[in-house]
This record gives sequence, structure tokens and C-alpha cells, in this order.
Amino acid sequence: MSAWSVTEPSARSKGIAAVLVILYTVITLLPLVWIIATGFKTGPDSISYPPKVIFQPSLEGYVNLFTDRTRATPEQLAAMPPPENFVDEIVQRRGEVITQPSKFGERFLNSVIIGFGSTFLSIFLGTLAAYAFSRFRVPLKDDLLFFILSTRMMPPIAVAIPIFLMFRQLGLSDTHLGMILLYTGVNISLAVWLLKGFIDEIPREYEEAALIDGYTRLQAFRKVVLPQAATGIASTAIFCLIFAWNEYAFAFLLTSGTAQTAPPFIPTIFGVGGKDWPAVAAGATLFLLPVMIFTILLRKHLLRGITFGAVRK
Amino acid sequence: MADTPIDRLARATPSSLARRVRGLSDRAIAWVFVTPTILLLLAINIFPLIWTVRLSFTNFAANKPNAEVKWVGLRNYTRILTDPDIWQTMQATAHFLFWTLLFQVVIGFSLAWLINRKFRGNDLLTTLIVLPMMLSPAVVGNFWTFLYEPQIGLFNYAVEFFTGIPASSFSMLGSVTLAPWSIVIADTWMWTPFVMLICLAGLRSIPDYIYEAAEVDRASKWRQFWTMTVPMVLPFLMLAVLFRGIENFKMFDLVVQLTGGGPGSTTLLTSIELKREAFEKWRTGYSSAYAIILFVTVFGLASIYVKALNKVKER
Repeated sequence: MSAWSVTEPSARSKGIAAVLVILYTVITLLPLVWIIATGFKTGPDSISYPPKVIFQPSLEGYVNLFTDRTRATPEQLAAMPPPENFVDEIVQRRGEVITQPSKFGERFLNSVIIGFGSTFLSIFLGTLAAYAFSRFRVPLKDDLLFFILSTRMMPPIAVAIPIFLMFRQLGLSDTHLGMILLYTGVNISLAVWLLKGFIDEIPREYEEAALIDGYTRLQAFRKVVLPQAATGIASTAIFCLIFAWNEYAFAFLLTSGTAQTAPPFIPTIFGVGGKDWPAVAAGATLFLLPVMIFTILLRKHLLRGITFGAVRK
Repeated sequence: MADTPIDRLARATPSSLARRVRGLSDRAIAWVFVTPTILLLLAINIFPLIWTVRLSFTNFAANKPNAEVKWVGLRNYTRILTDPDIWQTMQATAHFLFWTLLFQVVIGFSLAWLINRKFRGNDLLTTLIVLPMMLSPAVVGNFWTFLYEPQIGLFNYAVEFFTGIPASSFSMLGSVTLAPWSIVIADTWMWTPFVMLICLAGLRSIPDYIYEAAEVDRASKWRQFWTMTVPMVLPFLMLAVLFRGIENFKMFDLVVQLTGGGPGSTTLLTSIELKREAFEKWRTGYSSAYAIILFVTVFGLASIYVKALNKVKER
């Protein structure tokens, strides 16, 4: 656009817009900054009034997040050896003893396993189906978008009732496999839709040339289409991963122990005698930060997934 | 994969036949590629739906799997539709839907419009604004209860700082009048970026030459905005409203963490009520009927809306 263009906003209007948007950004980021900050506060600092903006950072929240503790009796405290590391020091200063490591590590790992497992499965099946939908005449093709929309109209709780019964019959309740299959089932219609959009954009001529060169259909798919669709596949994968990572309703209703993911676990973190906000904030930070970083790094590729693929760039 | 039986067959056969084998294999590939996805969709989406419909005509209770299951006909449905408590949850949901959509549309569109001034750094700011909606609603919702704490919460402190109302004098989550607004605020914070992104895509789809032509015709900026910008963004905006409307109708995670439906039943949205019926009172048959009613409601409203949307698009 050239400098004299009538559609280029004036410098002043740009300036005003920038100020307003920056103002909104600051306000909207405050809760997130507050989560990260609270994770590094001590218990008393986290609940002081007025809220403390400047404070002495502490790893208490993180220590509490990863341990289960109990209040120590004065005799126990007196008998204890002097603290060897910062973990012991923090715990002893509060008059507590560590009883066992907390479940947070396990729950976080469950989120990783189920998130990546279901993403891999969604992408694997989704890419195959999307290719078929894009290139061949397949029944149900035209109903696909409608189908995605209609499956998303059902509240998750409504779907959870029969899934709960089904999983109980099949022995899939509270298992990683069950959750991976479930999240794949929820994600796959959208994944196919997004991937079909990406594959549609790859000219058919490429494959046809490959077929003429003696490639089989499968070879053409693997060596011509897949590399071309790599970016689209990656951004769809991130979108599936974020969904599975954040999902709460199914995880809350269908898992309780072995396969419980972090979202239903983090709100149940309690300290010795009451809600331990620094520990909750520490858990939330560890859980949310990867998504924040992903979002910032991959912003260009995420847009299509966010807007349902309905808005093509 | 490279050396399938079909390949070998193709190599061993004369060329005209080879082409036919390949043609056949296309069809086979289509089926092999699509079948697993279809099966999974049947298992996770279609089959549960059919099962829910079936359960909705029974008095089945999932915590008593061995009890005798009786067909009760339409009794579950008539009981739900005549239950005043259910209508109250519908009302709470309507309140939540109306205000979240209104705020998100107004703020989301304004933001998109401002960002579309294309000032330097708008790309980075857009990304930062998008952050809240990428995060886990349950985890974030849980933390919002901390922000809403009277006395120590950041939200109450901000209100005191700007308006002078003492932070300890009101409780966003504990008060019957404020609780419905607390979930509207948190949801608006979380999902305004979604509306913004779609509006931004809409604004960017308007070609510059239209505005250039309007300038030549000496149309005022105000007139340009209402006769060109708004109508051209409207289909996008309506799409955003459709998606947000569906999502918020079935809202569960954020609100269950924030208020759990309370105090009393002031923020008892339909999904939370459904969870109580299905997984706390274990009235599986009854809640299945409720689920079907909700599904039909959303489906009906969405279909009407999509018709309207298509009309706007055609204009």
C-alpha cells in the first residue's frame, strides 16, 4: 500500500487504536500474570491485603505442589536434622514434614500421555480420511461439516452418560486407552474437516504427475501429498493437542485415579488446613505455560483451527 | 507399504489391465482410509446418542445396574417440561448466553476494528490477547475464584481502587445478585478473543478498492462504516455468535469451577443441572431425556440461525 492511499489510516488514528489495544491487552493479561506471580509467593503473601505486587519470591508453592505434607509435632521438629536442601528448609520453616510425593507429577504425565496419544491417533486417522474425502467420491462427504456441528451441540455431560456406561461395560473406565479413544472421537470430525481444507489446496496435478511417473496411489499420497500438507497437519495436531490438554468435563466424570488428567486435579490441591493458593497457582503455571508458549510461537498456524476452519485465509 | 500385493499384481499384468487394477485400488484406498474414522465416530458419537434416546424412555439408574429397568414412555419428558426448576436453569442459561454474547460481540468487534488500523506491533498484541482462550477453562476458572475472593482477591481490589467500594463489602461468587455476573465477566474475559479473531478475518476480507471507491464518491467515514464495513463483517460476526452460542449453551467447565451452580441455583446452567441429575442423583433415564431436550433445543435454534445466516450471506 502506498503512502498516499486513502484507505491507510492516519498516524493519529493508528496511535489512538494502539493505545486502546495495549490497554485491553494489559487488563486481559493481568489474571495470567497473577497466576504466575502467585505461584512464587509464600502463603501469607498470597492472601495479604492490599494484594502484593512486589514480594520476596519463594519456591514454597512449587514445593507444596509436588509434596504431601502433614503438620509436625514440636518433638518431631526438634528431633529433625538441620535442613540439607531448600525443600527441607521450606517445609521445616512451616513446621511441616513431607509424608510422600504428591500426585501432581502423575496427573501431569497422564495429561501428556492422553494428550499426545489422542492427537497422534486423530491425526493419523484424520489425514487418511481427509485425503479420501478430498480426492475420492465417498459417501457422507457433504454431511461432514453438518456432522461436526451437530456433534458439538451435545453438551459433554449428555455424551458422558452413555460413554460412562459403555466404558464400564468394556472395562475402559479410568484408563488411558479409554480417554485416548474418547478424545480422538471428539477431535476427529474437526481434524478431518481442517485437514480436508489443507489437502484441497494441494493441486491434484502433483499427484497425477506422480501417478504417470509410475507411483502408486499410496506412494503418491506418502511422497507427494503428505510433505505438501505437513504444515496443515502440524497446525491441526496442535489444535487437537490443546483441546485434549484443556478438556475437563469428560476427564472429571470418567477418570478418578489412574488416568486422571491435570485439569480435574489442580482445583483439588489443598495444603495443610485449607486452600493452598500458591501451590494451585504453581500447578496452573506449569500446566498453562506450555500452551501459552505454543500459542505465541505458532500464532500464524493456529488461527484456522481456532476459527473452526470456517474462516479461510 | 511400497510393495503391496496390488503393486506386485500391477507390475505382473499388462498395462491396460494395470490401469484397471489401479483404478480399483483407488476405491479400495478410499474405503480403507475412511472406515476407521467412520467406525470411531459411530462408537463415540452416534451410538451414545442412540443409547441416550433409548435410556430416556426408561427409569434406569446407572448406580443400580442390576435393578429392573422399566419403560416409562414419555414420563421423563413430561416431568422435565413441567418442572419449574428446569425452567429456572433455562432462564439462568438464557441470561448467561445473552450477556456473554452481547459483551463479546461489542468488545470483540471493537478490538478487531482497532487492530485493523494496522499500527506497528498489532500482530504481537493480537497473539497476547488470544492467550486466555487457549487455556484450560477449568484451571483458569478455578483461579478466578481466587481473584473474586472478597478482601484478598485482585478483582475486588481493582473495583475498590477504581470506584471506592470497599473490597470486603461484596462477594462476587457469594451474592445472589452478583454471581450471575461473575460468570459473565469470566467468560467474556476468556472468549472475547474468539469473536475478535473472526471479526478480524472478516475485516481483512474487505478489499481496499471498495473504500477507495467510496472516498472518490465522497462518502463520509461514518457512512462507510455503516453501509460497507458492518454489512460485510456481519456474516463473520454471525458465525462467531453461532459458535459461541453453541459453546456457551453447553458451558460446563468454567462455571462449574467458579460457582458450581450456586449460590442457591442462581448460576445453575443447564449443563451443571444435567451433571447433578446424571452423576449425583443418578437419575440416568431422567437426565437422558433432559439431554435429548437440550440437544433438540440447540439443534432447532442453530438450524433457524443458520438459515438466517445464509440469507445474510446471499445479500
